[in-house]
Amino acid sequence: MNAMPDIKPGTIASELAIAMRNVTKIFGDNPKGALALLQSGKSKTEVQAETNHVVGLDKVSLDIAKGQIFVVMGLSGSGKSTLIRHVNRLIEPTSGEIVVNGVDVLKMSLDQLRTYRRTQVAMVFQKFGLMPHRSVIDNVAYGLEVRGVGKAERLETAAKWIETVGLSGYEQSRPRQLSGGQQQRVGLARALALDTEIILMDEAFSALDPLIRSGMQDQLIELQKTLGKTILFITHDFDEALKIGDRIAVLRDGAVQQVGKPEDIVLRPANEHIEEFVREVNKARAIHVRSIMDRGEYDPCVASVSKDARCEDVLPLFAEHEWVGVIDEDGRQIGRITAKQVIKALARYTPGVG
Amino acid sequence: MFPELIDTRPLRRAIDDGLSWIVRNWGSEFEAAAYPLLMLLKAIEDLLIATPWWLIMAILAGIGWLATRNWKLPLIILLSLLFLGVMDLWKDAMTTMALMISATITAILVSIPAGVWMSRSLHVRNIVTPVLDLMQTLPSFVYLIPTVMIFGPGKIPALIATIVYAAPPLVRLTDLGLRSVDPAVMEASRAFGTNPRQRLFGVQIPLALPTILAGINQTTMMALAMVVIASMIGAGGLGYQVLQGIGRLEVSRGLFAGLGIVALAIIFDRVTQSFGKQLQGRIGLAEVR
Repeated sequence: MNAMPDIKPGTIASELAIAMRNVTKIFGDNPKGALALLQSGKSKTEVQAETNHVVGLDKVSLDIAKGQIFVVMGLSGSGKSTLIRHVNRLIEPTSGEIVVNGVDVLKMSLDQLRTYRRTQVAMVFQKFGLMPHRSVIDNVAYGLEVRGVGKAERLETAAKWIETVGLSGYEQSRPRQLSGGQQQRVGLARALALDTEIILMDEAFSALDPLIRSGMQDQLIELQKTLGKTILFITHDFDEALKIGDRIAVLRDGAVQQVGKPEDIVLRPANEHIEEFVREVNKARAIHVRSIMDRGEYDPCVASVSKDARCEDVLPLFAEHEWVGVIDEDGRQIGRITAKQVIKALARYTPGVG
Repeated sequence: MFPELIDTRPLRRAIDDGLSWIVRNWGSEFEAAAYPLLMLLKAIEDLLIATPWWLIMAILAGIGWLATRNWKLPLIILLSLLFLGVMDLWKDAMTTMALMISATITAILVSIPAGVWMSRSLHVRNIVTPVLDLMQTLPSFVYLIPTVMIFGPGKIPALIATIVYAAPPLVRLTDLGLRSVDPAVMEASRAFGTNPRQRLFGVQIPLALPTILAGINQTTMMALAMVVIASMIGAGGLGYQVLQGIGRLEVSRGLFAGLGIVALAIIFDRVTQSFGKQLQGRIGLAEVR
């Protein structure tokens, strides 16, 4: 569960949106030399001390399936921003393989790379990266303009997305006239307007106030449900990762520590570093009831929750009911859960208990 | 005394002879090459002199209004121009203005591409920067004399000397402006698949425009600073009046012509600065600076 995914070079399944294989990035004047040292078995600190080169990513391998929100979580300096920039090659890796929708990104010519950036990956930035000299609608239409879409069509598309992110009426404003949350909605709309299969989000909500951030997270989850995009989301906030992630990879010092579903990471942290995060986290929000329920046929319960419910959603129901049912999309009961199970799951890794 | 290590006389003689040789054999080619510059200057000068004084006043005051949307700058412009007219300096002022405007236009055409080139390559910057330093610090008489020898006294050497002196700040500020565009915005632009041309014209230049405009402001001011020297070799205009005032010990003539140059400087300085501020406000950089 907490082991690294099996790495078999050359076998990249087509249902993957993004596959990274042994991607290594070394910053410095002579990365190849430092890479040779690293491959000869020296540790990163040794390489750093000997060559004065910084190891940004260390043999990172990730499989990101289509249509999921994949979160890369790590503290500052863990290499997560470096990682996401490899997907659209804003940063060139020192070695490794990056395949997006079955195409090797590293083999693209400059021209192909531009076409790829215009049509297949859109990006949202922590610092928004909006053009201060353009109005909101021209910012949202920017990607389409670069792609060569005609003016009327791109403004129409942009207007639609501005409405979707709830900024109607601000079309002609300048970015600086908007609050941080509104600016990031513009950034999000700009990426969505491109209608790419993949969206890269680099700490997209980190610069926002907690309440606004929570609202943006809900909006992102909603959007993902209706649009079915593949979203690679970078964050340093474990709570955020647990809330929006279908799968989470934890990065530390440029190396992947653990990949898994949010529950996997909360219930079975791979090492002490991850356990430290887990200790601080609101587990009731992280754990889905379906992952700890009694699965199978039982008498229908009076109260029930959907299979997407988290522990915190089910807690109030225990005040009145001993058992709460869990139902799927069609309303069929697929299992049931009791307060004891929830308490056990939440308490499992709390220090000093159990 | 410093000991004579090598004999430098042959080197000096080579330079002097080389220049004479160029004047003798290439003089007309150089003149032909500079002909478009002369045409530009002549066209602007003729236009300014042919235009009625009240129309020029109205146009400049109108530009002042556009730059600030305020009555103060147009008023300053009108008073300055009124001073030039009342003091019988109108025609000279137009000649000086023509020299300044054509020097500025030429400097823009040369400096902005040079600044763009500099901003893209550290190598180019390392070569161009000392050249700019040289252009700004070398006493202007040093290159004035060879230019006069090649082109003969007149408007062309005056214009060339003015351009050499006035162009460097615009190159520097163009380079600075392009390089100080927010890297986050540049990265975003790159992530959307722009090519270098789209980034230059769509992002870098629009965002660097206030800095570039500050460079144009500097260029106009430095061009005006050159008018007295330029008039020594035949530029005419207000500088010539100053020169005559000095020569005839007519303090009043020198003073009024000198104040006339100040009046022109005020007009062009305020107008370019106000446009710069307006632009900054529009782009939203006003708070940053």
